[in-house]
Order: sequence, then C-alpha cells, then structure tokens
Amino acid sequence: MLTIAGTEFSSRLFLGTGKFSSPSVMAEAIAASDCQMVTVALRRVDLDNPDDDIMKALSQREYTFLPNTSGARNAEEAIRLAHLARAASGSSWLKLEVTPDPRTLLPDPIETLLATEKLVKDGFIVLPYMNADPILALKLQDVGAAAVMPLGSPIGTNQGVLSDAMVEIIIEQARVPVVVDAGIGAPSHAAYAMEMGADAVLVNTAISIAGDPVAMAAAFAKAVEAGRTAFVAGMGQRSKQASASSPVDGTLSSDLGFLA
Amino acid sequence: MNITLNGNTKSFQEISTISDLLHSLELSPGTVVVELNTTIIQPDFYSSTTLAESDQVEIIRFVGGG
Repeated sequence: MLTIAGTEFSSRLFLGTGKFSSPSVMAEAIAASDCQMVTVALRRVDLDNPDDDIMKALSQREYTFLPNTSGARNAEEAIRLAHLARAASGSSWLKLEVTPDPRTLLPDPIETLLATEKLVKDGFIVLPYMNADPILALKLQDVGAAAVMPLGSPIGTNQGVLSDAMVEIIIEQARVPVVVDAGIGAPSHAAYAMEMGADAVLVNTAISIAGDPVAMAAAFAKAVEAGRTAFVAGMGQRSKQASASSPVDGTLSSDLGFLA
Repeated sequence: MNITLNGNTKSFQEISTISDLLHSLELSPGTVVVELNTTIIQPDFYSSTTLAESDQVEIIRFVGGG
C-alpha cells in the first residue's frame, strides 16, 4: 500500500484530468483506471459558460483531489494559486508546479524549492513537480515535501522516462514516495518507471488523447500493476555478458561433441 | 458600479455584496472561489462582504488539468 502524508492509496496510478474530449469520457476513464488520486487545475470561471464545471463529473468523496499550480511562473504566483486551491478543495493536497517557460514547461528548481518550503510551513501537503535532479529531490525532502514528482520527459511529450538514470538515484535516496510525472506516453513507460521502484506514476495526456481513453486507462492500470509486481518480485541484474538459460552441464555433451 | 471581474471591467447595477454578484452571474457559491483585491473570501462571508467601485474580483474554479 502506498502511503503519502498518512493517506493510503491502493492504486499507484494517478490521473490528470486535462484534455479529455468530454467530462463523461474523463469520468469513465478515471473509473477504468481504478485510480484514487486525480489532479485538477484552477482557472478563471468562463463567465459566458458558467455551467462548465468539472466538479459535476467528479466527486471529492470518491477521489483525492490533487490541485496543481499550473500557470504559475514563480513561487509567489504558485503560493497564491495554492491558497485558492485549498479554498476550493477544502483540503491541503497540492501538486506544486512552477513553469516559467511555456515552450518547455520545465519546472524552475529554485522557485519550486522556495515555494515548497513556504507552503509546507503554511500546512500544505506538497508534492512538487521537479526536474529529475537527485540533489534537488533531497533538498525538497529536507524542507518537507510529502512526495517528489520527477519528470520522465517534458509535459505532454509522450517521450517516456528519458531521465531514468537520475530517477533511479532519486528512488534509491528517497525518504518519501517518488511519483514519476510527465512525459509518460505508453503503458510500457509506466511499467518501466514502476519496475525501477517508483512508488507511483501520474499520467494525463497519454490517456486523454488516446483513440479510446477508457481502454487506455485500463491498459495503464495493468501496466502499473505489472511494473510494481515485478519490482517487488525482484528484477535480475543487467549484464553485458551472456548467461545461459539452459543447463551447461549434461550428458548430451559427450555424445554431441560440437556442444562441448 | 464598475468592478474588474476576471481581468475585465464590468458594470453592475443593484449589486452590493459578493452573494449578489454570484447570483447575477448565475454561479452557485459552492462551485467557485472568490478573491477580492487578492484576498480570498470564505463562503460564509459572501453575503456580508460588500463590493466597492474599482474592486478587483477573481472568480476561480477547478478545471481539468494534469
């Protein structure tokens, strides 16, 4: 069982709720994924379309909401959004996201660290979206992050876990859960992160823009479970040297000289 | 009365409180968060918080996001 800030999650797949074709497809995909944690964003109400409300399709009784601070370009903006998120959700869960460059959407490590420290002091349960930087991961834990969320590759790119060598170090050193976030484009990417020992993965685009988002959500659920089971079972060491799967000793070798 | 609502200046008649504003916009109070001049107003205070000329009001809600 995955525990973050004292809350237990049986599913290790977190879903983002962006870019679905409709609220009903989103709700069906979330149900098919068996996830218990969903991310949401905060935006100004569209005053020309006041009925457009995601909360009609999703209940906070069923899912832990993890509001993000997307759109924040620095710590100050992220902190303002965090307080709005807490007022909207009535809970302290927060995915901290500080992305100054709209082209790459890469997280600002310095502003992320500053905001994490401040928000933890303000009583938030902070899960920072971060570069796959092992030293930064330690510093975020030092200031009280409840989990760390290193990126696999840039948001929405479906490139997979390009940061695997660094994510492995982050996992090895972690004192809090590690959630691989961003760039996971296929169930195999999710399985790979879980096989490495990630505690969970967060997936959005790969599911929401799939031809059949509901089926894709189910595929991700299986991949995450398979990857986790493999990690717990204990993966074999990688090696450059071949190691025979079949027995090398046996009676046939005397008769079949070429096998000797 | 003119207020800046979600970044745009708008003119309202016969509105004095945040409750009045939400009602005129046909927004259910439980579905949004209101910031008045960068201070979050708790729902319990919507009916007692009065608006003034040139106030900056932000009305925010959750949307889909990753």
